[in-house]
Amino acid sequence: MAVDEGLKSELQKQGIFVLPFEQLYNWGRKSSIWPLQFGLACCAIEMIASAAARYDLARFGAEVFRATPRQADLMIVAGTVTKKMAPQVVRLYNQMPEPKYCIAMGACAISGGPFKDGYNVLKGIDRYIPVDVHIPGCPPRPEALIHAIMTLQRKIATQHLEREQLRWYDKNATTEFPIPAYGERDLEPTANRELWHPPRDYTDVTLDEVKKA
Amino acid sequence: MEPIETIKEVVVQAVAGAQLEIVKSTPAAQQPAILADREHAYAVGKFFKEDPRFQMDFCSCVTAVDFLPKGDKPGFIEVVYHLYSVSLKQGPIILKVRAPREVEQCHVPSLTPLWRGAEFQEREAYDLYGVTFDGHPDLRRILMWDEFTDYPMRKDYEPPADYEWEPTPHDDTLQRAAQAGGIMPPTAREELEKTKKK
Repeated sequence: MAVDEGLKSELQKQGIFVLPFEQLYNWGRKSSIWPLQFGLACCAIEMIASAAARYDLARFGAEVFRATPRQADLMIVAGTVTKKMAPQVVRLYNQMPEPKYCIAMGACAISGGPFKDGYNVLKGIDRYIPVDVHIPGCPPRPEALIHAIMTLQRKIATQHLEREQLRWYDKNATTEFPIPAYGERDLEPTANRELWHPPRDYTDVTLDEVKKA
Repeated sequence: MEPIETIKEVVVQAVAGAQLEIVKSTPAAQQPAILADREHAYAVGKFFKEDPRFQMDFCSCVTAVDFLPKGDKPGFIEVVYHLYSVSLKQGPIILKVRAPREVEQCHVPSLTPLWRGAEFQEREAYDLYGVTFDGHPDLRRILMWDEFTDYPMRKDYEPPADYEWEPTPHDDTLQRAAQAGGIMPPTAREELEKTKKK
């Protein structure tokens, strides 16, 4: 696999590029991320601003917002996810073809935000679907969303095709995430326990221990 | 608009048998309301809408207020209608109806047949306060899902205890998360000890 850097450079001067297939594949994938066109609350306004002329998401190849999950490969959860809306969000994510990614945008999407104590607000979409990038902020500025997309691009660039660490190359991994049901008091279950692990004993971790580690 | 006392007299004469009462709001918003009994609320509304002196053709707001039992006084749910006249440019007349807090008995007549605009707002009051509007054409939950059984805006509502992980608990959340055995940062535990000592 390893190609001599000098040789590579010499070949490049002649218009011949030598690179692993994986790198080419990831380059293609990361350079045209198609987000799903849907917004849930005020963060969506910032998402729209990011896509519009002033912030111009097109510079990073992610401007093609698709109005159907079948053609999208990035879900930007922009805004408060109410418990009534959560099953629909999970269903949309299930309907996206793989490989697919998810950005949770804003305080509400990552934790419930200012509405966390409300009876009707989900405390973070990462309880039901895997989130690749979290963006804090209320709402995050368009620069923050662009930074998140660049972070995601860096993540995609480092992914390996052969090793079975990605769930879409893992034959045994499930690609469908269970859709929560409407219960009498709350969503059932309140979180996908296989996916979402709150820190087991937060009380035992002190700042000194974190510093030592 | 005439003073509320005059309006009350007019209605009492027009609607036979109506038990009316004037409710002064506290703090005084200078908008005293007319409290009608449940049996005659519809007739009173109809009178306000059709009488040429009032012509209340617009119902701008329907909401409910939960009053918990206080000492010997039983609690009640109060449904509030704000009525305006667009044609005469006057209003509001505030019409109130009271019903017991018990869900089975918490029935009031629907005014949707009079003002179509009240339909969704009565559904909202039904959804969040558990008031059944008799005569409503399509009474079902509007904000919460159909399977939901609680009435979350009632004062005795207990939200579901999903406090598995509380990175920044405070005040009530701190107490409730501790009760539910939620995972909290060490600082929160210290805070809880402090409040317990007090």
